Amino acid sequence: MKLNRVAVTGMGAMCGLGNSLDEVWANALLGKSGVSTIERQNTEGWPVTFGGEIKNFKLNPELMDLKDQDRFDLFNQYALHCTDEALRNSKLLEANYAPEKIGIIFGTGLGGFPHIESNHKIFLEKGARRVSPFFIPSVIPNMPEGLVSIKWGFKGINFAIASACASSAHAIGIAATEIMLGRQDAMLTGGTEGVMTGYTIAGFASMKALSKRNDEPHRASRPYDIDRDGFVMGEGAGILVLENYEKAKSRGAKIFAEIVGFGASSDANHITAPHPEGLGALVCMQQTLEMAGIKKEEVGYINAHGTSTPLGDAAETGAIKKVFGDHAYKLAVSSTKSMTGHLLGAAGGLESIFCIKALETGMLPPTINLENQDPSCDLYYVPNKAEKRDIKYALNNSFGFGGTNSSTLFKKPE
Amino acid sequence: MELQDKVIKLVSEATKMDAANISLNTSFVDDLNLDSLDMVELMMKMEDEFGVEIPEDETENLKSIGDIVAYLKSKSH
Repeated sequence: MKLNRVAVTGMGAMCGLGNSLDEVWANALLGKSGVSTIERQNTEGWPVTFGGEIKNFKLNPELMDLKDQDRFDLFNQYALHCTDEALRNSKLLEANYAPEKIGIIFGTGLGGFPHIESNHKIFLEKGARRVSPFFIPSVIPNMPEGLVSIKWGFKGINFAIASACASSAHAIGIAATEIMLGRQDAMLTGGTEGVMTGYTIAGFASMKALSKRNDEPHRASRPYDIDRDGFVMGEGAGILVLENYEKAKSRGAKIFAEIVGFGASSDANHITAPHPEGLGALVCMQQTLEMAGIKKEEVGYINAHGTSTPLGDAAETGAIKKVFGDHAYKLAVSSTKSMTGHLLGAAGGLESIFCIKALETGMLPPTINLENQDPSCDLYYVPNKAEKRDIKYALNNSFGFGGTNSSTLFKKPE
Repeated sequence: MELQDKVIKLVSEATKMDAANISLNTSFVDDLNLDSLDMVELMMKMEDEFGVEIPEDETENLKSIGDIVAYLKSKSH
């Protein structure tokens, strides 16, 4: 069976670095931190009081009316905002695909935790009759897809993928597969997450997963640094428009990148800790390279999962060295989570976009806060400053609790 | 404030519709485009605001602002 090629023709992004792709990318290349003290809620009593919080966001009422903005949890609103941006720069709405051939698969790790928390409080304090009729529609992980399909009339495949922090990476891989198989002509994919709330932070903090550097938020996310002490929670979305490559070309769409490989695997080891030798990560990177049919020496950049946890960064580094051998020391690896914090289920969407922008612009985003490199993390991580380097292939890694792994390979268009 | 004005203010806030366009004759479905979930939410707000309990089978009869005002009046006597 001959598979269709898959083009990326549109992108939309938001996170602590900004509320549009241009702003996010410009700040990433400047090596800015998008991590700050949380302002949206009163954080008194919270073990961690900072994150990659989005500031000054107000959804365009044309995308969701004001009444519904009170009802639908933030991850829905981020998805609409970034889908709108991705649709605009892809000009997909000007293409003449049948509505049934345009599908949506997003990834979300947690869904509507803020509204689960607030409705639970109402349930306890005021009783069952005061729980909002919009509670369930607002929090279910697939509602962003529902809202996007309703807003723009896309009638193709429509569901959410939940694989914790690998969710949107898996979503992109599966969305690309839909186009490869010819079942869809275009796909909205990527992911969204908005769980910056005390309930979530308490849960991650109890796991000892979060950095507690409350007095210096901008220095807290420091992958590969000897003083890293856990991940920093971020929020936002990264949405991509994928299209059948030949059809995109024939309609004259701008092609930002081609998706040429996708791998997925399990650690089968521990609920939350990475495999100590990164074996699951190794398998899925190898699968990805095999699917693409390229030599490993052709990969120029890896946007690492690199969450700034002591175990995770070292395990992933070990896996990269096993997969790439000597070439591991020649390619560039960076963790943009140093700037954005960890967008959880949306991380793979945003970081795939960083890979694509790196291919497009020949600029690699840095790993900031890398002051004293941990000897167990001995690759080249583009420390602190963006770097000019022309690359042909960029690989994104995303791993999730449950021991689930995903890698995606992007190619610069010819 | 008159009961009628209080109800209109509450409906205006809940639906983000201009209060000037809401009157006793305004229908929830035909004029304000409310669906069954919107109605549940609106009835909760009425119950909170006016300290009454509106039974479910009663809400089916409340089709306009005027119906609500009349219902609330009947409860206050």
